[in-house]
Amino acid sequence: MSVSPPRPLDGPVPLDEADRRLINHLHEGFPLCAEPYHEAGRALGMDADEVLARLEALLARGVLTRFGPLFQVERLGGRFVLAALAVPEARYAEVAAQVNALPEVAHNYRREHRLNMWFVLATETPDGIADAIARIEAATGLPVFAFPKEEEYFVHLRLPA
Amino acid sequence: MKPETHATAPAKDVLDPLDPHLQRRLVLATQHGLPRVARPYDALAAQLGVSPQTVLDALGAMLASGRIRRIGAVPNHYALGYTANGMSVWDVDDTALATLGPAVGALPGVSHCYRRPRHLPDWPYNLFAMVHGRDRASVLAQVEDIARLLGPHCRSHDVLFSSAILKKTGLRLAGS
Repeated sequence: MSVSPPRPLDGPVPLDEADRRLINHLHEGFPLCAEPYHEAGRALGMDADEVLARLEALLARGVLTRFGPLFQVERLGGRFVLAALAVPEARYAEVAAQVNALPEVAHNYRREHRLNMWFVLATETPDGIADAIARIEAATGLPVFAFPKEEEYFVHLRLPA
Repeated sequence: MKPETHATAPAKDVLDPLDPHLQRRLVLATQHGLPRVARPYDALAAQLGVSPQTVLDALGAMLASGRIRRIGAVPNHYALGYTANGMSVWDVDDTALATLGPAVGALPGVSHCYRRPRHLPDWPYNLFAMVHGRDRASVLAQVEDIARLLGPHCRSHDVLFSSAILKKTGLRLAGS
């Protein structure tokens, strides 16, 4: 899987009504049955070929970043940790490449602050976090600020298309 | 591993859908996405050398146990028009967090809300609330709502807007 290059925050992508209905429908879940695209399409008045073609196009255009099972890392024995770096502007692209090169880095965002690079480490074991942090510090020469969650108050991202 | 979801495994093949090794192979086979063919679970079954029913049972068991949160689409919220995303961060009295954290999380524009460690002196904030909106003004208006709710229990706060996605892939197991 290739790592996409840094991209600016593009504005909204034009979507037709059927795309919007498909995105909203597939956001919540997908059937476990022999022909799930057919089943999902029935609720939307689309046949399986149309669901697949639209899904393929939405993924290719970057409107959807993924389609498939979403794993709860902690329940699989793994760990998610938010972490940040204060990256000198002159080195920003170089450090982004060094950080993104680690498969453990699941997301990485540029943010406007002295701590200007915020990423999520996802590892298969709790020990993997310390190892990934050590490798990022060695590669970049910068201290990693780790923000493991101590309490989860709310998680639900629901943005209607 | 709890056996409650499947008292009797189908006898089509020898693999138990609750087998952690099988579940791990399913994670590896689907972490880049579900096959986009008419019968995706059959395709996974062929790839893993098990019956389609075992794949369905294993995925069902993983959903039931919470190992899979859901099977579905992950939208790029920027493409959907939610171009402003602010990580609001707050320095809140530790003793007040147990009640104020869930109250902040319950506000409509907040998608994620966590207590996280401070890193003094660089970072005094212990409450993180992610706020999404169609523009920065709407994010800042929601941040004001949070400030009002926290009132005197909050000493200082900041909002870190994102200005570029550098990487977004989700979980990646290395495989073995």
